[in-house]
Amino acid sequence: MKPVNQKAWFLILPVLVCVAFSAIIPLMTVVNYSVQDIISPERRVFVGTEWFASVMRDPDLHEALWRQIIFSFSVLACEIPLGILLALSMPAEGWRASITLVVVALSLLIPWNVVGTIWQIYGRADIGLMGATLQLLNIDYNYTGNATDAWLTVLLMDIWHWTPLVALLCYAGLRSIPDAYYQAARIDGASKLDVFRFIQLPKMRGVLIIAVLLRFMDSFMIYTEPFVLTGGGPGNATTFLSQYLTQKAVGQFDLGPAAAFSLIYFLIILLLCFILYNWMQQVGTQAKEQIHG
Amino acid sequence: MAARIDLNLAHAYQANPTQDSDYALLPLKMSFRAGGAYALLGPSGCGKTTMLNIMSGLVRPSQGHVLFDGVDVTDKSPQVRNIAQVFQFPVIYDTMTVAENLAFPLRNRHMPENDIRKRVGQIAEMLELNGQLNQRASGLTADAKQKISLGRGLVRPDVSAILFDEPLTVIDPHLKWQLRRKLKQVHQELKLTLIYVTHDQVEALTFAEEVVVMTRGKAVQIGSAEDLFEKPAHTFVGHFIGSPGMNFLAGEVDAQHLLVGERRIGLNDQQAQSLKGLTNIKLGIRPEYVHVEAQESVNTIPAQVERVQDLGTSMLMTMRCAGHVLRARLPLTAQHFKVGAGVHVSLLGKHTCFYHNEELVV
Amino acid sequence: MSHLQLSEVSKSVGADVHLHPMSFALQPHAVTVLLGATQAGKTSVMRLMAGLDVPNTGDVIVDGLNVTGVPVRERHVAMVYQQFINYPSLTVFDNIASPLKLRKESHIQEKVQDLAKRLHIDPFLKRFPSELSGGQQQRVALARALAKNAPLIFLDEPLVNLDYKLREELREELSQLFAMGQSTVVYATTDPGEALLLGGYTAVLKEGRLLQYGPTLEVFRRPASLDVALAFSDPPLNVVSAQSHDGNWQLNRGPFVALPQLETMHSQVTLGIRAATLRVEEKSGDMAIHGQVQLAEISGTDTFVHFHCALGEWVMQKTGVHFFELGARLTLYFDPSEVYIFSTDGVLLSAPLSLANRRA
Repeated sequence: MKPVNQKAWFLILPVLVCVAFSAIIPLMTVVNYSVQDIISPERRVFVGTEWFASVMRDPDLHEALWRQIIFSFSVLACEIPLGILLALSMPAEGWRASITLVVVALSLLIPWNVVGTIWQIYGRADIGLMGATLQLLNIDYNYTGNATDAWLTVLLMDIWHWTPLVALLCYAGLRSIPDAYYQAARIDGASKLDVFRFIQLPKMRGVLIIAVLLRFMDSFMIYTEPFVLTGGGPGNATTFLSQYLTQKAVGQFDLGPAAAFSLIYFLIILLLCFILYNWMQQVGTQAKEQIHG
Repeated sequence: MAARIDLNLAHAYQANPTQDSDYALLPLKMSFRAGGAYALLGPSGCGKTTMLNIMSGLVRPSQGHVLFDGVDVTDKSPQVRNIAQVFQFPVIYDTMTVAENLAFPLRNRHMPENDIRKRVGQIAEMLELNGQLNQRASGLTADAKQKISLGRGLVRPDVSAILFDEPLTVIDPHLKWQLRRKLKQVHQELKLTLIYVTHDQVEALTFAEEVVVMTRGKAVQIGSAEDLFEKPAHTFVGHFIGSPGMNFLAGEVDAQHLLVGERRIGLNDQQAQSLKGLTNIKLGIRPEYVHVEAQESVNTIPAQVERVQDLGTSMLMTMRCAGHVLRARLPLTAQHFKVGAGVHVSLLGKHTCFYHNEELVV
Repeated sequence: MSHLQLSEVSKSVGADVHLHPMSFALQPHAVTVLLGATQAGKTSVMRLMAGLDVPNTGDVIVDGLNVTGVPVRERHVAMVYQQFINYPSLTVFDNIASPLKLRKESHIQEKVQDLAKRLHIDPFLKRFPSELSGGQQQRVALARALAKNAPLIFLDEPLVNLDYKLREELREELSQLFAMGQSTVVYATTDPGEALLLGGYTAVLKEGRLLQYGPTLEVFRRPASLDVALAFSDPPLNVVSAQSHDGNWQLNRGPFVALPQLETMHSQVTLGIRAATLRVEEKSGDMAIHGQVQLAEISGTDTFVHFHCALGEWVMQKTGVHFFELGARLTLYFDPSEVYIFSTDGVLLSAPLSLANRRA
């Protein structure tokens, strides 16, 4: 091997140092905390896997996990079909397409805590558009007091915020379908529903997997928006997993169990990533066979 | 039922065309008889696909009409025209089996299930797909998928015309033979109006009863394979048909002679009469009809051999003659010449054509 | 740098064997055609030769040096692909000049002009590849490959995406360009006709195996096996099996024929008759086959008659434009000394003498 290759390693040293500082070392710190009982900054006791065990048995945690799972699945159930519909109705080309793309993508550009603040105000009965309208219509709506209302508001906020991502991905997928398929369908006398079922949906498969993967991961880790909107309330009705974790770590300064749970959280997401990724690979090879076969 | 298609149209890129280059299809008038097999042949960009799409209804001509059996269908959709189209790459429904793919157009017309099954079976047998009816269409080879695309068109009993857009592009050369044979058989059996777009002369000449040769939006000649080969109406046709194409040598008329380079070759009365007083004359002769000899004789022109290629079944000789490149296709039994040798070629015969301003005179 | 040799190279990806172990040495300073159907392994072999892939076993040797594993950047090769690959953000001039600039050569302007002129793209030097037609883009790619002046040039079915007339023209030009240069050229194609037009040497590949390598005409006239003969025939080879019967041979339990060129130790052989060998005119000593016309394909230069007989579906090639009625009864003739004879496991036993040999 020529020496040129060795020199290349030195070029990436700065990157390695940065990544080490920002990711690896903090991660190692967390692992360190997870096996210790930190009673005060000076007093630490090694407890091994005790935190892991107690965390797994914590009923509050189970509730938060359950809420999180329901939330993620609701998010997917609403955003994916809505995103597909949105993508189908977006124009395919020309200046209209460009404007639509920009308008659709706007909500993705807003900082997440601002999103929470927007909806916080939006939902208020006194100064918020939605709140006031609902009050005018005599609908009982109070997202700070009523758990169901809080849930719906958080869900609605997430849908408003993230459906455009699904829509943009599906839009890209749709654009890659050659015209000939639509022409053939017209000639075959297929209805619009048939075209969707037999041409558009199968050809969007790869893109949809990515959309599902991204939205599932992101919604599973969601923190800022619900925190700003409801603070986790009322009570702990909208306290999802990440917030529960933060409460434990920062609020109660129980670093040990918090660290332990962080790791478990990390591993859950890793596992789900792995499963979905392999599924995507399978879809990829199937798609390749279709092209060459 | 197989329809007669009449075209009387033009298609321009913009609203107010002023010159030839503004047109994708220059004004034309053409008829395709019912049950006939036609080919639109020409290089990329000549307008053949545009013409096909106008016939199928996917493109509306900027001016003029399309008639199916005398009925104006210019504004009608492909469905109403009842045509079928086979594209360059196989277009199939991935999630369905072969049988479901073939049945799809019939199901959309609400045909009774039993009839659908019979018809699908018939067509599958004709296309030799009956062994794969229950397999998923997405897993098959390219030529099987093209057969399915074709089958979806054939399966409709009242299809008016089937339009092909370079359908053998993705097929392996070995399998092209079989598909070509299949297409010809389909035509024989079903007697449908078939219109086939291609840039490959073998496909066009084999498949069609009549070929429309196109270049730059203009239909230059319409004729049978023999007409196109023996009497090309335009130098483009002479050049495009035949591999290699026709040889062209510029010449000047001088009473009963044609001056090619520095040699005079004698013209017969008819030729001399037709070419009298004309300039910009070209002599066209196909490589198959060029006569090469070692000795000089009447009406021969000297040439120098530049290249000799043995093509297995014939010999291709490239020569330089009177400042032009001349190619001759000779049987393997003919006399072999060495590169650099001086030979004498005879270009006059009953297959020689004369062109004035690129168009056939005699 | 132009003597390339493959020594027992093989390539597998997972459980798929793309190339079975093969060895051959490229004829230097000549054109080698890799002929085979799609998926026969032509692209895999080319990638191994160029250094884009590393073989699982075996070595690639250039000029006596083992270069297996040496990345393509250091291999001094040029490659032209099916899909007209050019740098989209550079003008045609910059595209062609890029290898020259990389090597810091002088007189770049003149060299680019000269190459562009040779490939007939000099009017387009200021344009971008996306503004050119397919044929022109491929010429830019070719000019760039030639500019590199590499001792090894690889072309992977470069003309397959062009229409047939353009293909003919470019093929002519390519032949002339190769003849002028000193490089070793490797050209992959599925079309046997193209192999014959390019001349040079041919390597026939099938399903990842090298079947035969030699001068093109020799591989055509003396295919080492039935597979080679089948791969190197367009139109398809007419094949029939023959069983020995008291000194004569019975074709597929049908007519008898005498094959004096074959020794009688075999009991069964396979005969291959090229389409051009069949005739409508009878000559003395011919074998007659009766059958029905199925289809007559006209290409202008030739007519291909698809013929159904007791021995199978045959094809006859006849020069010129001829019409045959579909379903008409027809008798075809061939000279038994002009058949290819293969053993039951496909090995060539006898090939017809070429005309040159016959006359001599």
